Amino acid sequence: MAQLFPKVANQIAKASIVLLGLLAGLVATGVMVLFPRSSMVTRQREAREQPVPFYHLHHAAGMGIDCRYCHTSVDKSATAGIPPTKTCMNCHSQIFNQSPTLEPVRASWRTNTSIPWVKVHDLPDFVYFNHSAHVNKGVGCTTCHGPVDKMAYMWQEKSLLMEWCLDCHRQPEQYLRPKSEVYSLSYRPPANQLALGRRLAAEYKVQTRTSCSTCHR
Amino acid sequence: MSQEHVPAVPVSFEGVRRRPDGQGPRRRFWKSLDELADTPAFLEFLHREFPEQASTFEDAKGRREFLTLMGASLALAGLTACTKQPEERILPYVRQPEGLVPGRPLFFASAYGPDGYARGILVESHEGRPTKVEGNPDHPTSLGATDVWGQAHVLELYDPDRSKTVLFDGQDRTWGDFRAALRDALAQQKGKQGAGLRILTGRLTSPTLIAQLQGLLSALPRAKWVSWEPVSRDNARAGAALAFGEPLEAHYHLDQADVVLSLEADFVSGHPASLRLLREFGARRQPSAERPQMNRLYVVEGAPSSTGASADHCLPLRSSAIEGFARALAAAVGVGAEGGASHASVAPLVADLKRAGARALVIVGESQPPAVHALAHAINEALGAVGTTVTYTAPAEALAPGGESAAFAELVAEMTAGRVELLAILGSNPAYAAPADLKFAEALDKVPLRVHHGLYLDETGERCHWHLPASHALESWGDLRAVDGTVSLVQPLIAPLHNTLGENELLAAFAESPEQKGYEILRAYWQAQPGEGDFDKRWNRWLHDGVVAGSALPPKAVKVGTGAWTRAPKAGAPAALELVFRPDPSVLDGRYANLGWLQELPKPLSKLTWENAAFMSPRTAERLGGIRTEAAGTGHYTDVVELRLNGRSVKAPAWILPGHADDAVSVHLGYGRRRSGQVGTGVGFDAFALRTSAAPWTAGGLELSKTGERVMVACTQDHWTIDNPEGEQAQERHIVRAVTLADLVKDPEAVRKLGAAPAVGLSMFPEYKYDGHAWGLSIDMSACVGCNACVIACQSENNIPVVGKEQVGRGREMHWIRVDRYYEGPPEAPQVYHQPLPCMHCEQAPCEVVCPVAATVHSDEGLNDMVYNRCVGTRYCSNNCPYKVRRFNFLLYQDWTTESFKMLRNPEVSVRSRGVMEKCTYCVQRIVRARIDARNEERPLRDGEIVTACGQACPTRAIVFGDLNDKQSRVAALHRSERRYALLEELQTRPRTTYLAAVRNPNPEWRSGQ
Repeated sequence: MAQLFPKVANQIAKASIVLLGLLAGLVATGVMVLFPRSSMVTRQREAREQPVPFYHLHHAAGMGIDCRYCHTSVDKSATAGIPPTKTCMNCHSQIFNQSPTLEPVRASWRTNTSIPWVKVHDLPDFVYFNHSAHVNKGVGCTTCHGPVDKMAYMWQEKSLLMEWCLDCHRQPEQYLRPKSEVYSLSYRPPANQLALGRRLAAEYKVQTRTSCSTCHR
Repeated sequence: MSQEHVPAVPVSFEGVRRRPDGQGPRRRFWKSLDELADTPAFLEFLHREFPEQASTFEDAKGRREFLTLMGASLALAGLTACTKQPEERILPYVRQPEGLVPGRPLFFASAYGPDGYARGILVESHEGRPTKVEGNPDHPTSLGATDVWGQAHVLELYDPDRSKTVLFDGQDRTWGDFRAALRDALAQQKGKQGAGLRILTGRLTSPTLIAQLQGLLSALPRAKWVSWEPVSRDNARAGAALAFGEPLEAHYHLDQADVVLSLEADFVSGHPASLRLLREFGARRQPSAERPQMNRLYVVEGAPSSTGASADHCLPLRSSAIEGFARALAAAVGVGAEGGASHASVAPLVADLKRAGARALVIVGESQPPAVHALAHAINEALGAVGTTVTYTAPAEALAPGGESAAFAELVAEMTAGRVELLAILGSNPAYAAPADLKFAEALDKVPLRVHHGLYLDETGERCHWHLPASHALESWGDLRAVDGTVSLVQPLIAPLHNTLGENELLAAFAESPEQKGYEILRAYWQAQPGEGDFDKRWNRWLHDGVVAGSALPPKAVKVGTGAWTRAPKAGAPAALELVFRPDPSVLDGRYANLGWLQELPKPLSKLTWENAAFMSPRTAERLGGIRTEAAGTGHYTDVVELRLNGRSVKAPAWILPGHADDAVSVHLGYGRRRSGQVGTGVGFDAFALRTSAAPWTAGGLELSKTGERVMVACTQDHWTIDNPEGEQAQERHIVRAVTLADLVKDPEAVRKLGAAPAVGLSMFPEYKYDGHAWGLSIDMSACVGCNACVIACQSENNIPVVGKEQVGRGREMHWIRVDRYYEGPPEAPQVYHQPLPCMHCEQAPCEVVCPVAATVHSDEGLNDMVYNRCVGTRYCSNNCPYKVRRFNFLLYQDWTTESFKMLRNPEVSVRSRGVMEKCTYCVQRIVRARIDARNEERPLRDGEIVTACGQACPTRAIVFGDLNDKQSRVAALHRSERRYALLEELQTRPRTTYLAAVRNPNPEWRSGQ
């Protein structure tokens, strides 16, 4: 019986072992690089169900309520502030005050227990982000949070990975907007964004720092 | 640890290794007798930052098991990167309190009284959780500083061992049950006008509580209230009564005093006005080229104290001999006093005091008998000091006639005689701390109904029928007077964590209004007091400021009379060996025994942690059979001795303390608690067991013998020692630089000339440029008194864990700032210097270049950042740090499970886990907060806007933080001072933390011999 495989098959077989190994290594590296950045891990653009079906779409776009009506401490504190039940009841004691959907809100009000909102933008505990430092220097809400007025349940628009933070901290002119437009949901960056950004960075004395202790301590 | 290898401890410079030129001992400044003698064990400590065995496994895990575990953890650790974060919830307020901005702390003024006298504080609150205590700058006895107990105040609040429920004979009951039982008992007492009712409290300064008790006593006139403290101030009160005919409080003004003599008065630690006195003292200890002046402090003491360590001349003299010294002094000053003992130091001392005249001051400690206090009052008057350096007022506390110790003894006698039917003990622990001769516990058992109200179920609580859990001062309304009489309102920062009542609420239950709330009681009392204007406005102002304006007691003009105290006392033969009692500098009389922060705080002089010991001088140790202590990799080992006094005995580890008076042994109270909590129970030995009501401070006739046993004690004095190399090329390193004021006046460059000027431009690394801020710290060794407030303030601010005695023994304590205590001179009577040592934040940091994962890097403002989430625990940085300031989490030191501790932590600082390196960050969270605030308000940062936790707590203002780029800043000015020097400058690290050399102001005429 003649040989089924030519002699070169030995070399191919040997090489394939090495190649397969290399391939496996490549795939593993790829997975290690890509997987932590994938939305499976970051939960980017994953709308998160909440104890109350609160829609920014309805409140921000439909009603035109300003971000700061609820997120009162965004320009004063590290945290933007999740509104107390009182803020909901300001309106909902009058409108939709019998709606079964809003029962958890009324229950919270009656029993004096917090509504357990699901944290959508959840940074690791060793990261200390400060909202006020950003909104006071021309970083708009939608720059990081995306088109909030288009979201029913809230999702996380950006990856919130450190490389994403550093992208702006290294070149803030890509994203800065006039302070008057910080809370605008309809603002679109102009064509000359880089020129505008550079001018605003100088005007607002923007100092984006990349030292570790800026955020980690 | 074989006995033969134990080296002899040097009792003097004889036999100590000399410098190559033969002039003096090899080390001018030394931290321990082991170092002075260069023992092999000390050298081990020196050369291995983490001593023997520290880097290997301690438990009996085999190699295979180790590999299995490591393999598994490696595999599992790799996977953690691929997990999603667990889902977290946000729980907002239902109704957000007015004025609260989420994420921003609020500060509320309050007060606490470790000894009954108020210290004003500002408490930091994060969304309703008190996390940190700062001093209240508007409070006259705080002035913005805190002591170690102030810092530990929040830890006490969250202590998981606090008692949580009402107990009757160990069974759970409700407050309703107690009120019903009390109603019945009081109904019985009513018929007898309260003849069988006794109330025992600690020292009370609270106007409201005193009014409540007086109200109760007027309703039941035959009932009695006794206030008593184990560490009493009876001697000072009796001394004033001898001199002036009334028990006055003396207030000292160290800012006015040029020459101060302290006869065992420890105003650094434990004096009710310490914080104010230290501010005034510190301000007079910082000479500069423009103002080359400072005060001069003499201390005569039988047991070394922090005050003696800060003195220009400290004379170790047996406690019992100080009266003779004082009498000789008084006679020389011109006060008609007899019975003086001649001493070579008296003449130069008197000359100096007389030169200062009205600006001289003599202070006497509580441990001295009343006659010595009276003599000091007379000396101060003769010097003309009354009105300048000392003033008098009525005491701030409610006083028992004849002294609280006498009143307490009478109470115990009544209890023993069976005349007490209902005893209520409020916030006091006599079953532990009462004098041994009174046999309090036996007397207590004879009382038919015993009620105990306290924070802990302690030795007293367990012997009482009812134990009632008390609210912490941070959970209840109250008021306190400072020692000068200033009233502060104590306001709660948080609702009671457990089912507890405050003291005023409990006393209300004894009166007619059993369910009254603490707030109503307090407000009603103050509303009834006379005052001008709208009460609500005044009330809010008091709460806001933390002081009731104008409530300080008015000064009294008094004259010293004459009396029997001027005549010589009956002279007994001096005892061969005497025992001296002192409150512990950390846990006081034991009330703070369950606070790990305080237990682990190295004591200012002995540097012992988790321990008290029988302290004695090197010579006495030699005389008493050659007591040996020895440093080893797992702690210090020392002889256990038995102390016998009047038929009572305790066993204690012996500890040799340089500068101790000979033929005396001193012990700290507050240890050997039989029932405290997980932390405090069974730590140390109980010195109260030897303390009698006749001899509460000094007892003659002590017998001491070695038991043959040796024990490990956790002492940090040899930890983190910086080496002084030997050899022909070696330079003296000048870690401590100390000069005299005269040297400094003669040559302003005296400090700089001590050390070799560092060569410039030798570094291979490029220079950093700082366009914005460049942070720096300055520590004044001349002002530092070693009080430890910085250490514990840092611990509180930065979520630093407690590691326990065994781990401290291995050199694994986690404090980010340590206070190195150095001795200079012979072990019999050395000078002492304290050197607080945080991270130096080097410009060319040796740690940064060796980190393989860039977990420690230079920031654009000059900080040496530590990034915990990057750290993989190689410990290379620590190995390469010449200052030995880095701390490694060898084990899981942080308590991640106790719920109440989660509320304690500063949310602005990461909580570190096992395997992570950590170190001082210059409180970067405070820098970031201030910088963001300033930039949001579009203004530059002001100098002094950022204070580090250590600097904020410091009573003498020895630690100053600021921007070196701002030439006008205080820290920049201090970095230009002629006293400035940097540690190990010759290594080219260029530290940002620099020191101001210690300056002492000795009297050239001083003679300390007999």
